[in-house]
Amino acid sequence: MKVLMFGWEFPPYISGGLGTACYGLTQGLMGKGVDITFVLPKLVGQVEPGPLKIVGANQVHLRWASAVKKIASRDLKLIEVFSQLQPYQTAESYKHQLQVFREQEIEKRLPNPGLIDVSSDYGRDLISEVGRYASVGAFLGLDVDHDVIHAHDWMTFLAGIEAKKQSKKPLIIHVHSTEFDRSGDSPNPDIFWIEKQGMDAADYIIAVSQRTKDIIVQRYHQAPEKVTVVHNAITKEPGISKEAAGKLLKEKIVLFLGRVTIQKGPDYFLEAASRVHRKLKNVRFVMAGAGDLLPRMIERAAALRIHDRFHFTGFLRGVERERIFAMSDVYVMPSVSEPFGLTPYEVMKYGVPVILSKQSGITEVVENAIKVDFWDVDKLSEAIIEVLTNSEVSNSLSEGSTREWAGVDWATPANKVNDLYFRAVGLG
Amino acid sequence: MISVCFYFQIHQPYRLRKDYSFFHIGGDHNYEDVKSNRDILSKVAQKCYLPANKMMHELIDRTEGKFRFSLSLSGIALDQLIEYAPEALYSFQDLVKTGCVEILSETYYHSLASLYSPKEFTAQVQLHKKRIKELFNYKPQSFRNTELIYNNNLALEVEKMGYDVILTEGAHQILGWKSPNFVYQPQPAYKLKLLLKNFQLSDDIAFRFSNPDWDGYPLSAPKYAEWLHQIAGNGEVVNLFFDYETFGEHQWKETGIFDFFQKLPGEVMKHPDFDFKTVHEVAQTCQPMSKIDVPHTISWADVERDITAWTGNPLQDSALESVYKIEKAVHKTKDPELLHIWRKLQTSDHFYYMCTKWFSDGDVHKYFNPYNSPYDAYVVYVNVLNDFKEVLAQKGCSIE
Repeated sequence: MKVLMFGWEFPPYISGGLGTACYGLTQGLMGKGVDITFVLPKLVGQVEPGPLKIVGANQVHLRWASAVKKIASRDLKLIEVFSQLQPYQTAESYKHQLQVFREQEIEKRLPNPGLIDVSSDYGRDLISEVGRYASVGAFLGLDVDHDVIHAHDWMTFLAGIEAKKQSKKPLIIHVHSTEFDRSGDSPNPDIFWIEKQGMDAADYIIAVSQRTKDIIVQRYHQAPEKVTVVHNAITKEPGISKEAAGKLLKEKIVLFLGRVTIQKGPDYFLEAASRVHRKLKNVRFVMAGAGDLLPRMIERAAALRIHDRFHFTGFLRGVERERIFAMSDVYVMPSVSEPFGLTPYEVMKYGVPVILSKQSGITEVVENAIKVDFWDVDKLSEAIIEVLTNSEVSNSLSEGSTREWAGVDWATPANKVNDLYFRAVGLG
Repeated sequence: MISVCFYFQIHQPYRLRKDYSFFHIGGDHNYEDVKSNRDILSKVAQKCYLPANKMMHELIDRTEGKFRFSLSLSGIALDQLIEYAPEALYSFQDLVKTGCVEILSETYYHSLASLYSPKEFTAQVQLHKKRIKELFNYKPQSFRNTELIYNNNLALEVEKMGYDVILTEGAHQILGWKSPNFVYQPQPAYKLKLLLKNFQLSDDIAFRFSNPDWDGYPLSAPKYAEWLHQIAGNGEVVNLFFDYETFGEHQWKETGIFDFFQKLPGEVMKHPDFDFKTVHEVAQTCQPMSKIDVPHTISWADVERDITAWTGNPLQDSALESVYKIEKAVHKTKDPELLHIWRKLQTSDHFYYMCTKWFSDGDVHKYFNPYNSPYDAYVVYVNVLNDFKEVLAQKGCSIE
């Protein structure tokens, strides 16, 4: 089975969970003998030689001195000037073919070229980057031998569609998060439209949770039978010991770790912390992460006068991240909307009891956790107090955490995805 | 006679380590950014204190002591001078020896203690007094509070402490139609006199001197002296109060600030009715025109001339509450080093960095703020304070 896979980030160049998930899934699939060409928008430096072929879209050179492109006729108009791209070195014919194809398409579809006006958080640069990436997708659809196309999240959907147009191979769209998860009820219309295009064009859709599948069916009007739920797993890295964590404070630690944005529910954590603080004095709360809500959270903690027990660490990476996991006595993920949410697995490695919002995809698979609605601050604070004061509960959750973590393996989701590949090519 | 009364402030805080994080709490008790503090002090000594002291000394010599002024040096600025720039301290000592330079009293730690703990306030003033005696063999008789923070209660307190005169801002909200160019008396006082800063003329030098967009630019000594001379017939004193760092630091040497000031005394004294006096000399020669009532606290900061540069937002208020809440516990340790650390944490600058009103004074706040944001400043401060509380708890002196 040969797969042309489009991703946006990959270790070590990652900013979020998407890269981690792509890494784990590709490792699992290669274990099943799947041959993957993984495409990234940008590659910096040398890629480690290995069974996974990684292609950087920036290294796919197309010779258009100045080509203008429109991806489709609706709201989204993209203009791309490829002037900085160098001639493609090895495949002259493809280049020529593509150039002709492009120019025809441009003439056919783009009577009034105009710049897209994107005023979302992502800004114009990301959208145009996505457009550039899509054109590379078309080229790779012709260039790379494959049976299936697999595209991860909206940034790569257009590349997947372009590749499919060229190779006529089945397209599988993998949804790790939707615009509704990221932006609540005010989605960026351009991104939403790209997502919808991808799903409409896809032969199959993979959703990282039932929750995400429901959104895909309800908000993007996809047939339920087209959508397969494949829960994420975690790539197991050895952790650090409790001693190496170097905990200096005697109080128990309740941890929030994630982007400090609306989506992650840091405000609910803070309000719950304030209620717990009123009842238990031997507890410290840590909010680890950065984001646009952070100043508001700091101000709120100050206003609630819990600043002697509520700490902010900013964004943590590497050893500090492991240290705070190992130091913690409870981990809380109060996400308002979380398609999956891998972090609980990272902390369960340390046998830390976890409290998860019911609005997180991971709650569909994790059994050893206390589950509450994100908005139910009373229940959340009661749950925190229960874990902190009832050793029976915390011990049982802790043991369960460790056990469950040990059982998580990328082989399980890889099997499901591999089955889907076979179904897509008519062999399933 | 109309007296020109200069008072210059010298202060440098002990800045905290910007990398002091949650992970340090409970184990790392080194709070200060030693390198920054040393670098900044050495830089300011080179750019400001040494050349400015030299200039002042020459002016005193040249005018045979007719040019005279007042200085206030915070205790922690003096401590840092001793440690990082002793030659600058010697030059301050030389200046004081001329007999033409008065030293004012203030809180040792440049703190807001007057607003939060009368007991601590008195203690810090006494400490400062002692230090001034040690270093300058001088007994201050005039008082200026941190950032000219002032209200009726403070005046009463300061009068009880035996001072003759106190300084504050000539803020519109307390003066109304009155002029700052007279000596006044605090409402509740019967002996203490009150000198009010002429902020218009002070800020012309301190803030506007090098601003090309300002009407008065470029400012020359004759022009400025002429503005001062216009007070003749309308006042008895013009109080020009600002940071000593104006010379060479806030206003770089290249702006011509030194050349300007060197010529100023000569230009001022061209008018036969004008002379220079120290704060205490003014208080001795002028009688109060009337009483001034200041029920609400004022200061010399920002356009509001109130205390919102250091207090009022939740970050500042919670931090201030916390640091004064541990007063008893700190004293209980009977450990002079811990007392010193606690008092350094009271320095007003820490709370100034947490100011979130980025309106008309945003630029000034940014200039003095080593942090990227007031939130960063707050997080570091609270981390440090939390560690300090751990230290107290280990000594069996927890606040609970």
